[in-house]
Amino acid sequence: MINEAYPVFMESLQVIMVLVAAPLLVGWIRMLKCWSQGRTSAGIFQPFRDLSKLFIKETVLAENVSWIFTATPYIVFGATVLAGAIIPILSVDLPLSATADIIALVAIFAIARFFMALAATDIGTAFGGMGASREMMVSSLAEPAVLMSVFTVSLVSSSTSLSHMAHTLTSSPIVLRPSLAFAFLAFVLIAIAETGRIPVDNPSTHLELTMIHEAMILEYSGRHLALIEWSNMMKLFLFASLGIASFFPWGIAGADNIKMLPMALLALALKLALAGIFVVVIETVLAKMRVFRVPEFLGFAFLLATLGMLSHFILE
Amino acid sequence: MILLVLLGINLIASIALAFVGDRKYAPELNIFGSAATFAASIRLALKVYNHGPMLAANGFFFVDAFNVYLAVLTAFVSMTTAIFSRKYMRHERSHGKVGHKGMRFYHAMFQLFIFAMLLALLTNNIGVLWISMELATLSTVLLVSLYRTPSAVEAAWKYFILCGVGIAQALFGTVLLYFASEKIFGEGSRGLLWTNLSAVADKLEPTVLSLAFIFFIVGYGTKVGLVPLHNWLPDAHSEGPTPISAVLSGLLLNVALYALVRCKVLVDGATHSHKAGYIMMIFGLLSILVASFSLLRQKDIKRMFAYSSIEHMGIATFAFGLGGPVATFGGLLHMLVHSLTKSSIFFTVGHASQMHSTQEMSSIGGLIKGNPSVGWGFMLGVTAIAGLPPFGVFTSEFLILTAAIKDAPMFMPFFLLGLVIAFAALFRKVLPMVFGKPPSIQKPIKAAHLPVFIHMSLILVLGLYLPTFLSQWFHAAVVLLVR
Amino acid sequence: MNASFAAQINSILAAFILLTAFGLLVQRRVFGLLHIFAWQGLLLSISTAIVGYSAGLHHLYISAVLTLSLKVIVLPWILYVLIHRLKIHKEVEDMVNIPTTMLIGIALVIFSYHLTAPIRELSTLVTRSTLAVALATVMLGLLMMITRKKAVTQIIGFLAMENGLFFAATSATYGMPLVIEMGVALDILIAAFIFGIFFFQIRTTFDTLDLKAMEKLKEEE
Repeated sequence: MINEAYPVFMESLQVIMVLVAAPLLVGWIRMLKCWSQGRTSAGIFQPFRDLSKLFIKETVLAENVSWIFTATPYIVFGATVLAGAIIPILSVDLPLSATADIIALVAIFAIARFFMALAATDIGTAFGGMGASREMMVSSLAEPAVLMSVFTVSLVSSSTSLSHMAHTLTSSPIVLRPSLAFAFLAFVLIAIAETGRIPVDNPSTHLELTMIHEAMILEYSGRHLALIEWSNMMKLFLFASLGIASFFPWGIAGADNIKMLPMALLALALKLALAGIFVVVIETVLAKMRVFRVPEFLGFAFLLATLGMLSHFILE
Repeated sequence: MILLVLLGINLIASIALAFVGDRKYAPELNIFGSAATFAASIRLALKVYNHGPMLAANGFFFVDAFNVYLAVLTAFVSMTTAIFSRKYMRHERSHGKVGHKGMRFYHAMFQLFIFAMLLALLTNNIGVLWISMELATLSTVLLVSLYRTPSAVEAAWKYFILCGVGIAQALFGTVLLYFASEKIFGEGSRGLLWTNLSAVADKLEPTVLSLAFIFFIVGYGTKVGLVPLHNWLPDAHSEGPTPISAVLSGLLLNVALYALVRCKVLVDGATHSHKAGYIMMIFGLLSILVASFSLLRQKDIKRMFAYSSIEHMGIATFAFGLGGPVATFGGLLHMLVHSLTKSSIFFTVGHASQMHSTQEMSSIGGLIKGNPSVGWGFMLGVTAIAGLPPFGVFTSEFLILTAAIKDAPMFMPFFLLGLVIAFAALFRKVLPMVFGKPPSIQKPIKAAHLPVFIHMSLILVLGLYLPTFLSQWFHAAVVLLVR
Repeated sequence: MNASFAAQINSILAAFILLTAFGLLVQRRVFGLLHIFAWQGLLLSISTAIVGYSAGLHHLYISAVLTLSLKVIVLPWILYVLIHRLKIHKEVEDMVNIPTTMLIGIALVIFSYHLTAPIRELSTLVTRSTLAVALATVMLGLLMMITRKKAVTQIIGFLAMENGLFFAATSATYGMPLVIEMGVALDILIAAFIFGIFFFQIRTTFDTLDLKAMEKLKEEE
């Protein structure tokens, strides 16, 4: 009985966890940032309060919006939750994981981004169009790099299935691999770009010269905005856990083993907390770069990913 | 012992000249150093001639028929160049083209350069060969920029960078060679000694050696000035002081080709094929053709003869690539006669451009009227380098041509075409300079006649009759190079 | 530290040497180049020492120290002094087409891998796989010298190429005999003094260290 229910249980547990833990991670990062800057923080639960406030508020729509604008928050939210169900965050044994591999995952994120950009141009304001074009520029450069980076991991484990990749890494003896080191560095750079953090984008500013993501969602309000904000938090969480699953999966729960779950939860919390600290350190140390420097930044990420792949062939 | 003396003289002379600086007797000291080297090299040659090839200093030095004649040649041409440079550099000094710091530097580096070339020739160690080739480059780089004109600095920079890059490839080739030999000899310098390597050449890994040869031909080929790696050569040879042009064209190219041929012997032994030879033939032929067409377009007199050097190095490379006893014999002879002829031409060219204070060929004229010995020396030198009988270049080119007709008939027409074009180009450019009325800008100078005279008579002798000891030497070298 | 662990560390170092080679290719600031070059030397020196340790060859320690003193301390110091004397420390090169250069660089890495494949087959050393990286470093240094038009950057490219050669010697054969390595180091040192003199010569004759000024010597049409 327990064996049959276990995967389904894991799957639902993970989705709920993604929904709940994502705002927590963002809250943690904001809290750390406040501390590092000597401010009093609003506490780790502040994102929940923000979200519930937005859900209560009235949704204001512009007169000329089409269905795309109203549908986009739901599509984005749905796609992000689906992505959350695929990545092996808690356990390698997820029923949905078998249906989609790493390429599909990237495509799911791409769908969300595509609708986001459509909605931003749909409204017809200057900022929306600008944000959409910048977002597309960033993602067109980031996507090949992210594929290249995770393909390197796939090469090491000879599979594109995320579960299988995580499983191979945990079950084989620890070997120092330059390919994985490079792929990881590349992944970090891309994750920063994809989740719109400093130095590529700044999530807490609305300065028209620099904003990318915020420019796209400027016209959203109320419930729609809440969904988009929530998906963004999840995206940050998912990229962090994708990195963890691909490069540091140790501690993840194996197949058919419910006893490993508390351990896995604890390990995950620890790793995410560290990731949060890392993000804060990066954002404190670096300044946001000019938009036209972003292609160079992503080009560097692509180079790193390629070097990772090459060193897999050359050196391993 | 004699080897140490031979190499030591230059080194000591170099240091001494660095201290003497611009004193009045510096050129004489320079001549004395070179003459002593020449005497020592004759002594060494006699020893090798009487007792056969010799190893010295624990196998570090190796002297056989192939390198001893090049060593004598190097010492000889450096001596005549030193004689020539006495008057030439005095003229440059009195016209303010070089300061006294420059003169100090010039003399010291001249001797160091000769030392580097002799070391490259006499060492048995492929690694030391590389080091001394690089040293030879480095010691001449700043001599090329001695005049500090914009084009001289540019030429020197090009020379430094391109040869540095090129020779780095040769080091990679050396690493590969060591990789192959380490399997047989194990760790240590033994695996780099040419005598050891050639003894076991057929046991060396053929794939590695083929790869190494690619790097060798790119590396040392850059220094030989093979097309398409020749870009630095016309600049470096035309912008430096003429004595340096003479030794660069006459000697350094020879030494680089020597290094390449030594490596080729090993590669041939390992691969049991003629692959390396074909590569050299193609590079050589390309150099002949490109250089001879470039000769047509030159306006600067030294630049033109730099291209002529590329052409002749192409001929020698082609000959060694052809393999076979006749072609190799021709190649060895060609290295000798080209070196003598080209340095003699540069001596006269140097004086000709001093007389007119320019290197532009259109401004030079009436050399025979202006200064008969320079004019005739120049004319005879060009006749010789163009390959007309009765001079030595004719003999060597004829030998190579006959070998080419026999062994590589399809390459022969291109080879001949290159020679004919070079011939036509040289005479079209040279005749107006030699004959006719001297232009008004021409000024009389004190010319050094002796070196030109010695060189020309040697070339004439070599064209008419090859001394027995020389032909025996060449035969011994041919046996060494052709398996 | 057992042999396979040493080999792993060595391949990580090799990968980072490759990274520094790419870093040199795309870095525009003079000081940035200098830093990357020094890092490359340091990685090289550590790698040599590790190979020496794992293979039990003590002459490699001497090579490692030689590399450390020459490539990490002396040469960067000479360049640093020169850059300060010539007052070019704020110069930024603007003409580098980074994406294209990087793609060519990647192609060169693949080419080097292909070229050294037969040697990899033949070698039994633990370092054999790093030979491709060494050749790639040489090629990337060459590429840098082709794409850059400033005297200082070309020199750094040249020295990076020399680094690659040294690395090749270590990875293919556990280092050349010590005499040769000393000689090569001496040559590099002489070269360093020569390019130092050169910078001043170029500066006084052309008023700039930009090699675009030096395009006079060409074949006349």
